[in-house]
Amino acid sequence: MIDVLVENLGALWHGLLTTLALTVLAFAGALVLGTLMAVFRVSPILPLRVIGAVFVELLRNVPLLSLLILFAYGLPYLGIEMSLFTTAVVCLLLVSASFTCEAVRGGINAVPVGQAEAARAIGLTFAQSLATVILPQALRTMVQPLVNVFIGVALGSSLAAAIAVPELTYTAQQVGNQTAESMLMFVVSALVYIAIAMLGGGAGSVLERRLAVQR
Amino acid sequence: MSERAVRVLFDEPGPRGRRRIRVLTVLIIMTIVAALVWAWTTLSATGELAWPKWKPFVQQWAVWFMLAGLKGTLIVALVASVVAFPLGALLAVGRSGRNAVVRWVCTAYIEIFRSVPTLLLVYTFLFALPGIGINLGIFGKLVVPITMINAAVIAELVRAGINALDSGQREAAYAVGMTGAQTMRLVIMPQAIRLVIPALVTQLVAIVKDSTLGYVVSYPELMKQANLLANNTKLLLQAFVVVSAIYVVINFCLTRLAMWLEIRLRRSPGGGRRSQLRAEEEVEHDLAAVVTPH
Repeated sequence: MIDVLVENLGALWHGLLTTLALTVLAFAGALVLGTLMAVFRVSPILPLRVIGAVFVELLRNVPLLSLLILFAYGLPYLGIEMSLFTTAVVCLLLVSASFTCEAVRGGINAVPVGQAEAARAIGLTFAQSLATVILPQALRTMVQPLVNVFIGVALGSSLAAAIAVPELTYTAQQVGNQTAESMLMFVVSALVYIAIAMLGGGAGSVLERRLAVQR
Repeated sequence: MSERAVRVLFDEPGPRGRRRIRVLTVLIIMTIVAALVWAWTTLSATGELAWPKWKPFVQQWAVWFMLAGLKGTLIVALVASVVAFPLGALLAVGRSGRNAVVRWVCTAYIEIFRSVPTLLLVYTFLFALPGIGINLGIFGKLVVPITMINAAVIAELVRAGINALDSGQREAAYAVGMTGAQTMRLVIMPQAIRLVIPALVTQLVAIVKDSTLGYVVSYPELMKQANLLANNTKLLLQAFVVVSAIYVVINFCLTRLAMWLEIRLRRSPGGGRRSQLRAEEEVEHDLAAVVTPH
Protein backbone atom coordinates (compact mmCIF):
# COMPACT_ATOMS: atom_id res chain seq x y z
CA MET A 1 0.00 0.00 0.00
CA ILE A 2 2.76 2.39 0.99
CA ASP A 3 4.85 1.58 -2.09
CA VAL A 4 1.85 2.28 -4.34
CA LEU A 5 1.68 5.69 -2.71
CA VAL A 6 5.42 6.27 -3.07
CA GLU A 7 5.39 5.21 -6.72
CA ASN A 8 2.61 7.63 -7.53
CA LEU A 9 3.80 10.47 -5.37
CA GLY A 10 5.06 12.30 -8.45
CA ALA A 11 1.65 12.25 -10.14
CA LEU A 12 -0.12 13.33 -6.96
CA TRP A 13 2.44 16.08 -6.45
CA HIS A 14 1.68 17.41 -9.95
CA GLY A 15 -2.01 17.24 -9.15
CA LEU A 16 -1.44 19.22 -5.97
CA LEU A 17 0.59 21.84 -7.85
CA THR A 18 -2.21 22.21 -10.40
CA THR A 19 -4.76 22.57 -7.60
CA LEU A 20 -2.60 25.22 -5.94
CA ALA A 21 -2.07 27.04 -9.24
CA LEU A 22 -5.82 27.03 -9.94
CA THR A 23 -6.55 28.24 -6.41
CA VAL A 24 -3.94 30.98 -6.25
CA LEU A 25 -4.61 32.37 -9.75
CA ALA A 26 -8.39 32.31 -9.33
CA PHE A 27 -8.27 33.78 -5.83
CA ALA A 28 -5.89 36.58 -6.82
CA GLY A 29 -8.06 37.44 -9.81
CA ALA A 30 -11.21 37.24 -7.70
CA LEU A 31 -9.75 39.70 -5.18
CA VAL A 32 -9.14 42.27 -7.93
CA LEU A 33 -12.39 41.75 -9.83
CA GLY A 34 -14.48 41.35 -6.67
CA THR A 35 -13.13 44.57 -5.13
CA LEU A 36 -13.76 46.40 -8.40
CA MET A 37 -17.34 45.12 -8.45
CA ALA A 38 -17.83 46.12 -4.81
CA VAL A 39 -16.62 49.65 -5.65
CA PHE A 40 -19.09 49.64 -8.56
CA ARG A 41 -21.86 48.63 -6.19
CA VAL A 42 -21.30 51.56 -3.82
CA SER A 43 -20.46 54.16 -6.50
CA PRO A 44 -22.71 57.19 -7.18
CA ILE A 45 -23.18 56.19 -10.82
CA LEU A 46 -26.30 54.12 -11.39
CA PRO A 47 -25.16 52.02 -14.41
CA LEU A 48 -22.06 50.92 -12.50
CA ARG A 49 -24.25 49.85 -9.57
CA VAL A 50 -26.42 47.89 -11.99
CA ILE A 51 -23.38 46.17 -13.52
CA GLY A 52 -22.16 45.20 -10.06
CA ALA A 53 -25.54 43.88 -8.95
CA VAL A 54 -26.15 41.86 -12.14
CA PHE A 55 -22.63 40.41 -11.95
CA VAL A 56 -23.11 39.27 -8.36
CA GLU A 57 -26.62 37.89 -8.78
CA LEU A 58 -25.63 35.89 -11.87
CA LEU A 59 -22.37 34.47 -10.62
CA ARG A 60 -23.14 33.65 -7.04
CA ASN A 61 -26.25 31.77 -8.11
CA VAL A 62 -24.87 29.75 -11.01
CA PRO A 63 -23.42 26.35 -10.04
CA LEU A 64 -19.68 26.25 -10.73
CA LEU A 65 -20.04 22.91 -12.51
CA SER A 66 -22.56 24.19 -15.03
CA LEU A 67 -20.40 27.25 -15.69
CA LEU A 68 -17.34 25.01 -16.19
CA ILE A 69 -19.11 22.81 -18.71
CA LEU A 70 -20.63 25.79 -20.48
CA PHE A 71 -17.22 27.47 -20.81
CA ALA A 72 -15.22 24.33 -21.57
CA TYR A 73 -17.50 22.74 -24.15
CA GLY A 74 -19.91 25.55 -25.12
CA LEU A 75 -17.67 28.55 -25.79
CA PRO A 76 -15.70 26.86 -28.60
CA TYR A 77 -18.95 27.01 -30.63
CA LEU A 78 -18.74 30.78 -30.34
CA GLY A 79 -15.15 30.72 -31.54
CA ILE A 80 -13.72 31.27 -28.05
CA GLU A 81 -11.00 28.69 -27.47
CA MET A 82 -9.10 28.41 -24.20
CA SER A 83 -7.06 25.63 -22.64
CA LEU A 84 -9.00 23.60 -20.07
CA PHE A 85 -6.75 24.95 -17.32
CA THR A 86 -7.48 28.55 -18.35
CA THR A 87 -11.18 27.75 -18.54
CA ALA A 88 -11.12 26.40 -14.99
CA VAL A 89 -9.25 29.47 -13.72
CA VAL A 90 -11.69 31.83 -15.46
CA CYS A 91 -14.78 30.07 -14.10
CA LEU A 92 -13.42 29.81 -10.56
CA LEU A 93 -12.34 33.43 -10.74
CA LEU A 94 -15.74 34.69 -11.90
CA VAL A 95 -17.72 32.72 -9.33
CA SER A 96 -15.45 33.61 -6.41
CA ALA A 97 -15.29 37.26 -7.51
CA SER A 98 -19.02 37.45 -6.78
CA PHE A 99 -18.44 36.14 -3.26
CA THR A 100 -15.43 38.45 -2.84
CA CYS A 101 -17.61 41.36 -3.91
CA GLU A 102 -20.15 40.57 -1.21
CA ALA A 103 -17.38 40.15 1.38
CA VAL A 104 -15.89 43.53 0.47
CA ARG A 105 -19.31 45.18 0.46
CA GLY A 106 -20.03 43.66 3.87
CA GLY A 107 -16.71 45.05 5.10
CA ILE A 108 -17.51 48.51 3.70
CA ASN A 109 -20.90 48.45 5.41
CA ALA A 110 -19.31 47.42 8.70
CA VAL A 111 -17.16 50.58 8.84
CA PRO A 112 -18.91 53.06 11.16
CA VAL A 113 -20.82 55.77 9.29
CA GLY A 114 -18.85 58.45 11.16
CA GLN A 115 -15.70 57.44 9.28
CA ALA A 116 -17.24 58.17 5.90
CA GLU A 117 -18.79 61.37 7.22
CA ALA A 118 -15.47 62.53 8.64
CA ALA A 119 -13.74 61.73 5.34
CA ARG A 120 -16.32 63.82 3.51
CA ALA A 121 -16.07 66.59 6.06
CA ILE A 122 -12.34 67.07 5.42
CA GLY A 123 -13.11 67.28 1.70
CA LEU A 124 -12.06 63.87 0.41
CA THR A 125 -13.67 62.80 -2.86
CA PHE A 126 -15.53 59.49 -3.24
CA ALA A 127 -12.44 57.73 -4.58
CA GLN A 128 -10.15 59.25 -1.95
CA SER A 129 -12.38 58.43 1.01
CA LEU A 130 -12.85 54.89 -0.28
CA ALA A 131 -9.16 54.26 -0.92
CA THR A 132 -7.64 55.96 2.12
CA VAL A 133 -10.33 55.75 4.83
CA ILE A 134 -13.00 53.12 4.19
CA LEU A 135 -11.27 50.18 2.49
CA PRO A 136 -8.24 50.01 4.84
CA GLN A 137 -10.62 49.77 7.79
CA ALA A 138 -13.01 47.46 5.98
CA LEU A 139 -10.09 45.07 5.45
CA ARG A 140 -10.22 44.15 9.14
CA THR A 141 -13.72 42.69 9.06
CA MET A 142 -13.13 41.25 5.60
CA VAL A 143 -10.37 38.83 6.57
CA GLN A 144 -12.59 35.97 7.78
CA PRO A 145 -15.05 36.13 4.84
CA LEU A 146 -12.11 36.31 2.43
CA VAL A 147 -10.50 33.27 4.06
CA ASN A 148 -13.78 31.47 3.39
CA VAL A 149 -13.69 32.56 -0.23
CA PHE A 150 -10.14 31.19 -0.43
CA ILE A 151 -11.15 27.84 1.06
CA GLY A 152 -14.17 27.83 -1.27
CA VAL A 153 -11.86 28.31 -4.25
CA ALA A 154 -9.54 25.53 -3.09
CA LEU A 155 -12.42 23.06 -2.61
CA GLY A 156 -14.24 24.33 -5.71
CA SER A 157 -11.14 23.77 -7.84
CA SER A 158 -11.82 20.04 -7.48
CA LEU A 159 -14.75 20.48 -9.89
CA ALA A 160 -12.18 21.15 -12.60
CA ALA A 161 -11.77 17.37 -12.51
CA ALA A 162 -15.14 17.16 -14.26
CA ILE A 163 -13.64 18.88 -17.31
CA ALA A 164 -10.50 16.73 -17.07
CA VAL A 165 -8.06 19.29 -15.68
CA PRO A 166 -5.41 17.08 -14.02
CA GLU A 167 -5.68 18.63 -10.55
CA LEU A 168 -5.61 16.73 -7.27
CA THR A 169 -9.08 15.14 -7.32
CA TYR A 170 -8.74 14.11 -10.97
CA THR A 171 -5.26 12.68 -10.40
CA ALA A 172 -6.39 10.77 -7.31
CA GLN A 173 -9.25 9.25 -9.28
CA GLN A 174 -7.00 8.28 -12.21
CA VAL A 175 -4.19 6.86 -10.07
CA GLY A 176 -6.71 5.05 -7.87
CA ASN A 177 -8.24 3.53 -10.96
CA GLN A 178 -4.89 2.29 -12.31
CA THR A 179 -3.56 0.94 -9.04
CA ALA A 180 -6.81 -0.34 -7.51
CA GLU A 181 -5.98 1.71 -4.42
CA SER A 182 -8.77 4.25 -4.80
CA MET A 183 -9.49 4.48 -1.10
CA LEU A 184 -5.86 5.30 -0.28
CA MET A 185 -5.68 7.96 -2.98
CA PHE A 186 -8.91 9.62 -1.89
CA VAL A 187 -7.92 9.62 1.78
CA VAL A 188 -4.52 11.13 0.95
CA SER A 189 -6.05 13.86 -1.19
CA ALA A 190 -8.74 14.55 1.41
CA LEU A 191 -5.94 15.10 3.95
CA VAL A 192 -4.25 17.47 1.51
CA TYR A 193 -7.46 19.50 1.06
CA ILE A 194 -7.92 19.62 4.84
CA ALA A 195 -4.31 20.84 5.17
CA ILE A 196 -4.93 23.56 2.55
CA ALA A 197 -8.07 24.69 4.38
CA MET A 198 -6.24 24.72 7.72
CA LEU A 199 -3.31 26.68 6.28
CA GLY A 200 -5.73 29.18 4.78
CA GLY A 201 -7.57 29.51 8.08
CA GLY A 202 -4.30 29.87 10.00
CA ALA A 203 -3.00 32.54 7.64
CA GLY A 204 -6.30 34.35 8.07
CA SER A 205 -6.01 34.33 11.87
CA VAL A 206 -2.46 35.66 11.72
CA LEU A 207 -3.53 38.40 9.30
CA GLU A 208 -6.51 39.29 11.46
CA ARG A 209 -4.29 39.68 14.51
CA ARG A 210 -1.85 41.84 12.56
CA LEU A 211 -4.63 44.09 11.32
CA ALA A 212 -6.36 44.38 14.69
CA VAL A 213 -6.34 47.83 16.26
CA GLN A 214 -3.53 48.05 18.84
CA ARG A 215 -4.91 49.41 22.08
CA MET B 1 -27.80 47.91 2.89
CA SER B 2 -25.98 49.27 -0.14
CA GLU B 3 -28.25 52.32 -0.25
CA ARG B 4 -27.01 53.35 3.17
CA ALA B 5 -23.40 52.88 2.15
CA VAL B 6 -24.03 54.73 -1.07
CA ARG B 7 -25.40 57.75 0.73
CA VAL B 8 -22.64 58.09 3.30
CA LEU B 9 -19.74 57.59 0.93
CA PHE B 10 -20.48 60.76 -1.00
CA ASP B 11 -22.35 63.97 -0.37
CA GLU B 12 -25.60 64.88 -2.02
CA PRO B 13 -23.88 66.14 -5.19
CA GLY B 14 -24.03 69.80 -6.16
CA PRO B 15 -24.78 71.07 -9.68
CA ARG B 16 -21.30 70.30 -10.97
CA GLY B 17 -21.24 66.88 -9.36
CA ARG B 18 -24.65 66.08 -10.78
CA ARG B 19 -23.52 67.10 -14.25
CA ARG B 20 -20.42 64.95 -13.95
CA ILE B 21 -22.48 61.97 -12.78
CA ARG B 22 -24.91 62.49 -15.66
CA VAL B 23 -22.10 62.65 -18.24
CA LEU B 24 -20.46 59.52 -16.81
CA THR B 25 -23.82 57.72 -16.70
CA VAL B 26 -24.44 58.44 -20.38
CA LEU B 27 -20.86 57.48 -21.31
CA ILE B 28 -21.06 54.18 -19.43
CA ILE B 29 -24.47 53.29 -20.85
CA MET B 30 -23.09 53.99 -24.33
CA THR B 31 -20.09 51.78 -23.62
CA ILE B 32 -22.33 48.96 -22.37
CA VAL B 33 -24.61 49.23 -25.40
CA ALA B 34 -21.60 49.30 -27.73
CA ALA B 35 -20.12 46.23 -26.01
CA LEU B 36 -23.43 44.37 -26.25
CA VAL B 37 -23.88 45.26 -29.93
CA TRP B 38 -20.31 44.21 -30.66
CA ALA B 39 -20.75 40.93 -28.78
CA TRP B 40 -24.07 40.27 -30.49
CA THR B 41 -22.71 40.86 -34.02
CA THR B 42 -19.53 38.88 -33.39
CA LEU B 43 -21.37 35.97 -31.84
CA SER B 44 -24.16 36.05 -34.45
CA ALA B 45 -21.53 35.47 -37.09
CA THR B 46 -21.03 31.99 -35.64
CA GLY B 47 -24.72 31.27 -36.22
CA GLU B 48 -25.15 29.97 -32.67
CA LEU B 49 -27.54 32.70 -31.60
CA ALA B 50 -30.06 32.09 -34.39
CA TRP B 51 -33.58 31.17 -33.25
CA PRO B 52 -33.69 27.68 -34.84
CA LYS B 53 -30.85 26.67 -32.52
CA TRP B 54 -32.84 27.72 -29.46
CA LYS B 55 -36.30 26.67 -30.60
CA PRO B 56 -35.90 22.99 -29.58
CA PHE B 57 -35.78 24.06 -25.95
CA VAL B 58 -39.29 25.50 -25.95
CA GLN B 59 -40.79 22.42 -27.62
CA GLN B 60 -43.03 20.34 -25.45
CA TRP B 61 -40.86 17.23 -25.21
CA ALA B 62 -37.78 19.23 -24.29
CA VAL B 63 -39.68 21.15 -21.64
CA TRP B 64 -40.95 17.86 -20.15
CA PHE B 65 -37.43 16.47 -20.28
CA MET B 66 -36.07 19.46 -18.37
CA LEU B 67 -38.97 19.34 -15.93
CA ALA B 68 -38.06 15.72 -15.16
CA GLY B 69 -34.54 16.96 -14.44
CA LEU B 70 -35.88 19.74 -12.25
CA LYS B 71 -37.84 17.15 -10.32
CA GLY B 72 -34.64 15.14 -9.81
CA THR B 73 -32.79 18.23 -8.60
CA LEU B 74 -35.55 19.12 -6.16
CA ILE B 75 -35.72 15.55 -4.81
CA VAL B 76 -31.96 15.45 -4.26
CA ALA B 77 -31.94 18.88 -2.61
CA LEU B 78 -34.98 18.03 -0.49
CA VAL B 79 -33.74 14.65 0.75
CA ALA B 80 -30.24 16.00 1.39
CA SER B 81 -31.52 18.97 3.37
CA VAL B 82 -34.17 17.03 5.30
CA VAL B 83 -31.40 14.76 6.60
CA ALA B 84 -28.56 17.29 6.78
CA PHE B 85 -30.41 19.92 8.81
CA PRO B 86 -31.26 17.75 11.86
CA LEU B 87 -27.91 15.98 11.60
CA GLY B 88 -26.11 19.31 11.53
CA ALA B 89 -28.11 20.54 14.53
CA LEU B 90 -27.21 17.35 16.44
CA LEU B 91 -23.52 17.76 15.58
CA ALA B 92 -23.66 21.36 16.78
CA VAL B 93 -25.27 20.30 20.05
CA GLY B 94 -22.68 17.55 20.46
CA ARG B 95 -19.82 19.95 19.84
CA SER B 96 -21.20 22.45 22.35
CA GLY B 97 -22.06 19.79 24.96
CA ARG B 98 -20.22 18.74 28.08
CA ASN B 99 -19.43 15.13 27.18
CA ALA B 100 -15.80 15.14 26.07
CA VAL B 101 -15.99 12.05 23.85
CA VAL B 102 -19.10 13.27 22.01
CA ARG B 103 -17.55 16.71 21.69
CA TRP B 104 -14.37 15.28 20.25
CA VAL B 105 -16.18 13.05 17.74
CA CYS B 106 -18.46 15.86 16.58
CA THR B 107 -15.57 18.30 16.24
CA ALA B 108 -13.55 15.80 14.22
CA TYR B 109 -16.50 15.06 11.91
CA ILE B 110 -17.26 18.73 11.36
CA GLU B 111 -13.68 19.80 10.75
CA ILE B 112 -13.00 16.94 8.33
CA PHE B 113 -16.12 17.10 6.21
CA ARG B 114 -16.17 20.90 6.12
CA SER B 115 -12.80 20.85 4.36
CA VAL B 116 -13.29 18.06 1.84
CA PRO B 117 -14.55 18.82 -1.69
CA THR B 118 -17.96 17.28 -2.37
CA LEU B 119 -16.70 15.83 -5.65
CA LEU B 120 -13.92 13.96 -3.84
CA LEU B 121 -16.46 12.39 -1.50
CA VAL B 122 -18.72 11.52 -4.43
CA TYR B 123 -15.74 9.85 -6.14
CA THR B 124 -15.09 7.92 -2.93
CA PHE B 125 -18.63 6.57 -2.98
CA LEU B 126 -18.35 5.87 -6.71
CA PHE B 127 -14.94 4.23 -6.99
CA ALA B 128 -13.52 3.35 -3.57
CA LEU B 129 -16.33 2.22 -1.27
CA PRO B 130 -17.78 -0.44 -3.62
CA GLY B 131 -14.37 -2.15 -3.28
CA ILE B 132 -14.98 -2.67 0.43
CA GLY B 133 -18.57 -3.76 0.04
CA ILE B 134 -20.41 -0.44 0.36
CA ASN B 135 -22.23 -0.06 -2.93
CA LEU B 136 -25.12 2.37 -2.76
CA GLY B 137 -27.47 3.04 -5.63
CA ILE B 138 -26.89 6.01 -7.90
CA PHE B 139 -29.21 8.15 -5.79
CA GLY B 140 -27.34 7.26 -2.61
CA LYS B 141 -23.96 7.89 -4.20
CA LEU B 142 -25.13 11.41 -4.92
CA VAL B 143 -27.25 12.24 -1.87
CA VAL B 144 -25.14 10.69 0.90
CA PRO B 145 -21.95 12.68 0.16
CA ILE B 146 -23.95 15.91 -0.26
CA THR B 147 -25.70 15.25 3.05
CA MET B 148 -22.49 14.37 4.90
CA ILE B 149 -20.72 17.54 3.80
CA ASN B 150 -23.64 19.90 4.27
CA ALA B 151 -24.37 18.50 7.73
CA ALA B 152 -20.87 19.62 8.76
CA VAL B 153 -21.40 23.11 7.34
CA ILE B 154 -24.87 23.40 8.90
CA ALA B 155 -23.44 22.29 12.25
CA GLU B 156 -21.07 25.25 12.20
CA LEU B 157 -23.90 27.62 11.27
CA VAL B 158 -26.04 26.37 14.16
CA ARG B 159 -23.08 26.50 16.52
CA ALA B 160 -22.51 30.14 15.59
CA GLY B 161 -26.13 30.71 16.64
CA ILE B 162 -25.62 28.85 19.93
CA ASN B 163 -22.47 30.83 20.71
CA ALA B 164 -24.15 34.12 19.91
CA LEU B 165 -26.86 33.69 22.55
CA ASP B 166 -26.50 35.63 25.75
CA SER B 167 -25.02 33.39 28.46
CA GLY B 168 -27.85 34.62 30.70
CA GLN B 169 -30.23 32.37 28.77
CA ARG B 170 -28.34 29.25 29.80
CA GLU B 171 -27.81 30.50 33.35
CA ALA B 172 -31.50 31.32 33.76
CA ALA B 173 -32.47 27.85 32.53
CA TYR B 174 -30.12 26.23 35.04
CA ALA B 175 -31.43 28.55 37.76
CA VAL B 176 -35.01 27.32 37.28
CA GLY B 177 -33.70 23.77 37.61
CA MET B 178 -33.51 22.53 34.04
CA THR B 179 -31.00 19.82 33.17
CA GLY B 180 -28.34 20.35 30.52
CA ALA B 181 -30.39 18.50 27.90
CA GLN B 182 -33.57 20.40 28.75
CA THR B 183 -31.73 23.71 28.55
CA MET B 184 -30.38 22.82 25.12
CA ARG B 185 -33.73 21.56 23.80
CA LEU B 186 -36.11 24.10 25.30
CA VAL B 187 -34.07 27.27 25.66
CA ILE B 188 -30.92 27.36 23.58
CA MET B 189 -31.78 25.58 20.32
CA PRO B 190 -35.10 27.34 19.57
CA GLN B 191 -33.40 30.71 19.85
CA ALA B 192 -30.16 29.67 18.16
CA ILE B 193 -31.93 28.20 15.14
CA ARG B 194 -34.13 31.25 14.80
CA LEU B 195 -31.01 33.39 14.62
CA VAL B 196 -29.46 31.39 11.81
CA ILE B 197 -32.55 30.65 9.69
CA PRO B 198 -31.47 33.07 6.93
CA ALA B 199 -28.03 31.44 6.79
CA LEU B 200 -29.67 28.01 6.65
CA VAL B 201 -31.78 29.10 3.67
CA THR B 202 -28.62 30.34 1.99
CA GLN B 203 -27.14 26.90 2.60
CA LEU B 204 -29.97 25.50 0.48
CA VAL B 205 -28.36 27.31 -2.45
CA ALA B 206 -25.15 25.40 -1.78
CA ILE B 207 -27.10 22.13 -1.66
CA VAL B 208 -28.79 22.88 -4.99
CA LYS B 209 -25.38 23.63 -6.46
CA ASP B 210 -23.98 20.38 -5.03
CA SER B 211 -26.84 18.47 -6.64
CA THR B 212 -25.28 19.27 -10.06
CA LEU B 213 -22.85 16.45 -9.27
CA GLY B 214 -25.65 14.20 -10.53
CA TYR B 215 -23.84 14.91 -13.81
CA VAL B 216 -20.88 12.90 -12.47
CA VAL B 217 -22.83 9.95 -11.05
CA SER B 218 -25.40 9.95 -13.90
CA TYR B 219 -28.42 10.61 -11.71
CA PRO B 220 -31.11 12.24 -13.88
CA GLU B 221 -31.24 15.68 -12.28
CA LEU B 222 -31.19 18.97 -14.18
CA MET B 223 -27.50 18.90 -15.10
CA LYS B 224 -27.52 15.32 -16.34
CA GLN B 225 -30.74 15.87 -18.28
CA ALA B 226 -29.22 18.97 -19.88
CA ASN B 227 -26.24 16.88 -20.89
CA LEU B 228 -28.47 14.22 -22.45
CA LEU B 229 -30.47 16.91 -24.20
CA ALA B 230 -27.23 18.46 -25.48
CA ASN B 231 -26.08 15.12 -26.89
CA ASN B 232 -29.49 14.51 -28.39
CA THR B 233 -29.97 17.85 -30.09
CA LYS B 234 -26.25 18.52 -30.75
CA LEU B 235 -26.92 21.93 -29.22
CA LEU B 236 -24.51 21.84 -26.29
CA LEU B 237 -23.99 25.57 -25.87
CA GLN B 238 -27.70 26.32 -25.89
CA ALA B 239 -28.59 23.45 -23.54
CA PHE B 240 -26.11 24.61 -20.92
CA VAL B 241 -27.08 28.26 -21.25
CA VAL B 242 -30.70 27.24 -20.62
CA VAL B 243 -29.85 25.02 -17.66
CA SER B 244 -27.53 27.62 -16.11
CA ALA B 245 -30.34 30.17 -16.37
CA ILE B 246 -32.73 27.79 -14.61
CA TYR B 247 -30.25 27.34 -11.75
CA VAL B 248 -29.76 31.09 -11.48
CA VAL B 249 -33.52 31.60 -11.20
CA ILE B 250 -33.94 28.89 -8.52
CA ASN B 251 -31.00 30.11 -6.46
CA PHE B 252 -31.92 33.76 -6.92
CA CYS B 253 -35.34 33.03 -5.42
CA LEU B 254 -33.74 31.18 -2.49
CA THR B 255 -31.30 34.05 -1.89
CA ARG B 256 -34.18 36.55 -1.93
CA LEU B 257 -36.13 34.37 0.50
CA ALA B 258 -33.15 34.39 2.86
CA MET B 259 -32.88 38.18 2.68
CA TRP B 260 -36.62 38.57 3.28
CA LEU B 261 -36.49 36.22 6.28
CA GLU B 262 -33.54 38.12 7.67
CA ILE B 263 -35.43 41.42 7.61
CA ARG B 264 -38.63 39.82 8.92
CA LEU B 265 -37.02 37.93 11.78
CA ARG B 266 -35.18 41.04 12.83
CA ARG B 267 -38.34 43.12 12.92
CA SER B 268 -40.56 40.78 14.90
CA PRO B 269 -40.14 40.93 18.65
CA GLY B 270 -38.92 37.79 20.37
CA GLY B 271 -37.72 37.76 23.93
CA GLY B 272 -35.51 40.63 24.99
CA ARG B 273 -35.27 42.93 22.04
CA ARG B 274 -31.84 44.22 22.92
CA SER B 275 -30.20 40.92 23.66
CA GLN B 276 -31.73 39.62 20.46
CA LEU B 277 -30.15 42.45 18.48
CA ARG B 278 -26.80 41.95 20.13
CA ALA B 279 -26.97 38.26 19.40
CA GLU B 280 -27.76 39.01 15.78
CA GLU B 281 -24.71 41.20 15.46
CA GLU B 282 -22.58 38.50 16.98
CA VAL B 283 -24.06 35.77 14.84
CA GLU B 284 -23.32 37.84 11.76
CA HIS B 285 -19.71 38.04 12.81
CA ASP B 286 -19.56 34.31 13.57
CA LEU B 287 -21.37 33.36 10.38
CA ALA B 288 -18.81 35.31 8.42
CA ALA B 289 -16.32 32.81 9.77
CA VAL B 290 -18.32 29.78 8.69
CA VAL B 291 -20.05 30.22 5.37
CA THR B 292 -17.90 28.74 2.66
CA PRO B 293 -19.05 29.56 -0.83
CA HIS B 294 -18.79 26.91 -3.49
